[in-house]
Amino acid sequence: MKFALFTGCVARGATRELMLATIKSAEALGIDFVEMKSATCCGAGVVSEKNPVLTDALNARTFALAEEQGLDLVTICSTCQGNLKKSECHLDEDVEYKSKINHVLKDGGHQYEGGKIKIKHFSNILATPEGKALLKAKIKRPLTGLKTAGFYGCYVLRPSELSEYEDPDNPKELEELFEILGATPIYYPSRIKCCGFPIIMMNKEASHAMAGNALIEAVEGGADCVVTGCPLCHLSLDSYQPEIESMQKKHYSIPILHLPQLVALALGFSPEEIGMDKHIVSTVGLDKILAQHV
Amino acid sequence: MAKFRIKRYNPEKQADAYYEEYDYDFPEGATLLDCLNHIKWNMDGTLTYRMSCRSAICGSCGMKGNGHALLACQRQAAHLLKDGSDTITIEPLGNMPVIKDLVTDFQQFWDKVDQVKPYLKTKDKPPEKEREQSPHEFRKIDEATTCIMCGACYSDCNVLEVDKNFLGPAALAKAQRFVGDSRDQATRERIKELSKPGGMWDCTHCGECVERCPKPAEPFYRIKELMAVGLKEGVTNNVGARHALSFVKSVKHSGRLNENKIPVESMGYFNIKGLLDLVPVGLRMLLKMKIPPIIHKPVDDVKDVQRIFEEFGE
Repeated sequence: MKFALFTGCVARGATRELMLATIKSAEALGIDFVEMKSATCCGAGVVSEKNPVLTDALNARTFALAEEQGLDLVTICSTCQGNLKKSECHLDEDVEYKSKINHVLKDGGHQYEGGKIKIKHFSNILATPEGKALLKAKIKRPLTGLKTAGFYGCYVLRPSELSEYEDPDNPKELEELFEILGATPIYYPSRIKCCGFPIIMMNKEASHAMAGNALIEAVEGGADCVVTGCPLCHLSLDSYQPEIESMQKKHYSIPILHLPQLVALALGFSPEEIGMDKHIVSTVGLDKILAQHV
Repeated sequence: MAKFRIKRYNPEKQADAYYEEYDYDFPEGATLLDCLNHIKWNMDGTLTYRMSCRSAICGSCGMKGNGHALLACQRQAAHLLKDGSDTITIEPLGNMPVIKDLVTDFQQFWDKVDQVKPYLKTKDKPPEKEREQSPHEFRKIDEATTCIMCGACYSDCNVLEVDKNFLGPAALAKAQRFVGDSRDQATRERIKELSKPGGMWDCTHCGECVERCPKPAEPFYRIKELMAVGLKEGVTNNVGARHALSFVKSVKHSGRLNENKIPVESMGYFNIKGLLDLVPVGLRMLLKMKIPPIIHKPVDDVKDVQRIFEEFGE
């Protein structure tokens, strides 16, 4: 399997451990990722607050780059995935609009044709029959005994018509992957809700309360860790966990993993090799749980 | 045979809500409302819910089916029986107090709609006849005018769940209906109000309201339109607007986010309290070497990206 890798900004910035784990797990699985070094930020739903047409133009350029590579595009961030899919929809449903944008792209040597490439989140390609078979064949250390609470990152789910998950109101793809990796999935209502990150600076109390509610539910459901497909959710749930704890006067200390880290653990990588020591909330407890089941 | 698991509540008889189950082998094509009517008229007359038009026009029968807000008259019961399940769970709308069974108190919902002054505000002397609006001008508010005030978006809004001060999706969509109205003359005044805490910039973009809206009103997209007007009007003395401006500047400069700059620029250089709030998380990330690289590397061919920004007026 070969894909154009759209890293997004945060995996090259504040959550570089996500990038590390993505590259390591893909190499171990034999997935060939070609990094899109000229692709821009997806706009994160923020550039479009100012200029929606510009957002679609930047993303059309990104799609054109993937078309030129002849590869489907893979994201490792729920926010990127959601925003790229929105732009794809705007462009593909309006020929005139696409042609207006292509007119501007032309001077840079790019043209977005449409319909030639697919845009998928890493979890989507792992959840295909081929992805699952690959995982099953390559697992070196099943994550037996580890109770994992999936946190999807809402942008990959809604609007549902743009989601790559089969049933966005009740998705099962992450949980199925956990089972393949040997872990036990924990289901809880907030797994499909927002982590609050987009308003962390505008309304930190509400933002932390949203993240805190998810953490409480995961802990009460018996989870040892939360696993997310979105680096922004990771920042909200991990980097800000001390603020959440102090605001809610509770102590969770629940580790938050990026999905590729969980995959890499099962593929035999050590926590340090995939940057788990970079997290704010210590992940050491997870090693102990896994060691009990070796 | 399907099982309808309905949340019941009658404070005159019992303080706590409870679930009651009814079995009903509904006919093909029956809506959830048809099923509730059958249960009420044939099995349990005490079951209480609102209903009227049966055509997704009046907005009365908003409730939750399997955990998500919907209009009972618009959804076929069979569509709620997924994955071989034989049970449909029906509950009252969320984010509102329950009066009885599936009937909720909409007072806060209406208060928020009132807060956005849902009527035309004009300064000119009224014309002799009507204030005209072209079809082209109407298209700017077409979606927002389709709102039927059913409360589905309000019920499932992720922000309202934790912050009752948030105006919420329905009121904000209503605000767009007037901000975008060619006849209204209070745009700046409205935008200033909407830019205050609890207003449009407190929306998380989670898309829940778009998903639950039974009409084309789709509040989140209307909120985005309000944000664009806010930035165009230059109402930027708030964190949300500064965040958007800083974000656009960063992507224009390097093709991607400069995560070290955006938080500071969003808070504002003179917002001491806001800046101090960033210190603990900043230090924590610094100690773990988790902060983004100090040297911010642009994407390849960033000149082409900057050219596109300029072409689109940024």
